[in-house]
Amino acid sequence: MAERSIARVPRLVLALLALGLAAQIALKASSPQPRAKAEDLAPAPSIAALRLTSFGDPVALAKALMLYLQAFDYQSGSKVPYHDLDYGRLEAWLARILELDPRGQYPLLAASRLYAEVPVEEKQRRMLDFVYRQFFVDPNRRWPWLAHAAAIAKHRLKDLPLARRYAAAIQRHATADDVPLWAKQMEIFILEDMNELQTARIMIGGYIQSGKVKDPAELRFLDERLKQLEARIREPRKSE
Amino acid sequence: MPIVASLAKAVLLEAVRNRLLWLAAVVFAVAFGLAQFLNQVAITESREIQAALLAALLRVAVVSIVVTFVITSMVRESSDKVTELLLSLPAPRATYFFGKFAGYAAVALILALLCALPLALFTDPGGLAIWVVSLVCELLIVTAMSLFCVLTLTQVVPAFAAVAGFYLLSRSMGAMQIIAGAALQEPTLTDRVVNAIVELIALLLPALDRMTQTTWLLDSAPGASTLGAIVGQTAIYLVLIGAAALFDLYRKNF
Repeated sequence: MAERSIARVPRLVLALLALGLAAQIALKASSPQPRAKAEDLAPAPSIAALRLTSFGDPVALAKALMLYLQAFDYQSGSKVPYHDLDYGRLEAWLARILELDPRGQYPLLAASRLYAEVPVEEKQRRMLDFVYRQFFVDPNRRWPWLAHAAAIAKHRLKDLPLARRYAAAIQRHATADDVPLWAKQMEIFILEDMNELQTARIMIGGYIQSGKVKDPAELRFLDERLKQLEARIREPRKSE
Repeated sequence: MPIVASLAKAVLLEAVRNRLLWLAAVVFAVAFGLAQFLNQVAITESREIQAALLAALLRVAVVSIVVTFVITSMVRESSDKVTELLLSLPAPRATYFFGKFAGYAAVALILALLCALPLALFTDPGGLAIWVVSLVCELLIVTAMSLFCVLTLTQVVPAFAAVAGFYLLSRSMGAMQIIAGAALQEPTLTDRVVNAIVELIALLLPALDRMTQTTWLLDSAPGASTLGAIVGQTAIYLVLIGAAALFDLYRKNF
């Protein structure tokens, strides 16, 4: 059924429509833009409550929660993003999201690459420790974030024993075939930096003898490294 | 004016005969019982947990009841050809709209006041009073939107889906704006377009996410400025949606 023409609509109605629309736009345009503040981050709900809220689809809820969490205290151009966040609450949220979606990598990426980048050492260490603990839940999938944590520990925190602990965990627990050798061998290079040359030499030797390294180029590289290490070990003795 | 009052009275009568108040009483009793149950489970802050859960449940329940009632009542009236009969009265179409709106608004007001009864046991009267005023404002917007959707879409399912989408979007728009504005990299053209669309939608939606906050029942009640902003937003949105509904009603051929 065709509608009647606009001319049948009283002018007062048209005027009210235009006025209402203009007033609504003006009101909303003049309201302050919603902005997430660090102190607004509420404590993370229990996993049981979140599962109930997910209506049987925890993965979708986990993805949405991650976006919600990411919006806190990040403002484009800010040099200290996440600086004011309560890291206790943040960690609890990240842990809940990982529990909802254990295969999801986003919370660990955020922990190691976003939240661990703040210039506050205590907060950095807290996030690295979180990544370390979560790594053991699924080492073969989560090793890249622990490798990044090891790099932060080494280069930012200058804490070589901590970096070695992370690298050692990767070497021992990330045993899948698709874990690259550089990740498995990280500990050796950190040991070199720590000047623990004998231990590094033993580890490389053990690697070569274990038969795990099949690639000839990789074997050549390790062999070269072993020779360099042995030379470095001999050098101080010569100088004595 | 007598026609408006008669139409409003007819709506109230329909609500009573549909046993809407009984339904509301049952829903409120279930919500109260659930809150009591959770109170038994809670280790601490049991009063706060009861108040917060009861308030959230009542808010959603009362909005659902109002939307369902408005839409089904209007569709039934249209199917029974009562709408044509009422429009044949010697009064402008606006009278029909205002009569209906007045009736549904009265139902919404009664339901909002009933919501306050169980909450009064757990909350401070000052915060509760503002919470109820805000709930009335929210229900008025939802009532007007339901009327507009059912007059335009004429069927139960599309009208209900449209109102539900409107309500959920309005309640989550603030969070969506925050997420849209929190891109980690330098925003691309697509990001800018998406942000602009989100901002445009936000301009047209009422700020339901700032209304009827549970925190008012638990912490301090908001100031007069918050209440003023809510009432102002409600007045403006009622003018907008009312005018849009009238625009459609005047153009409709029966």
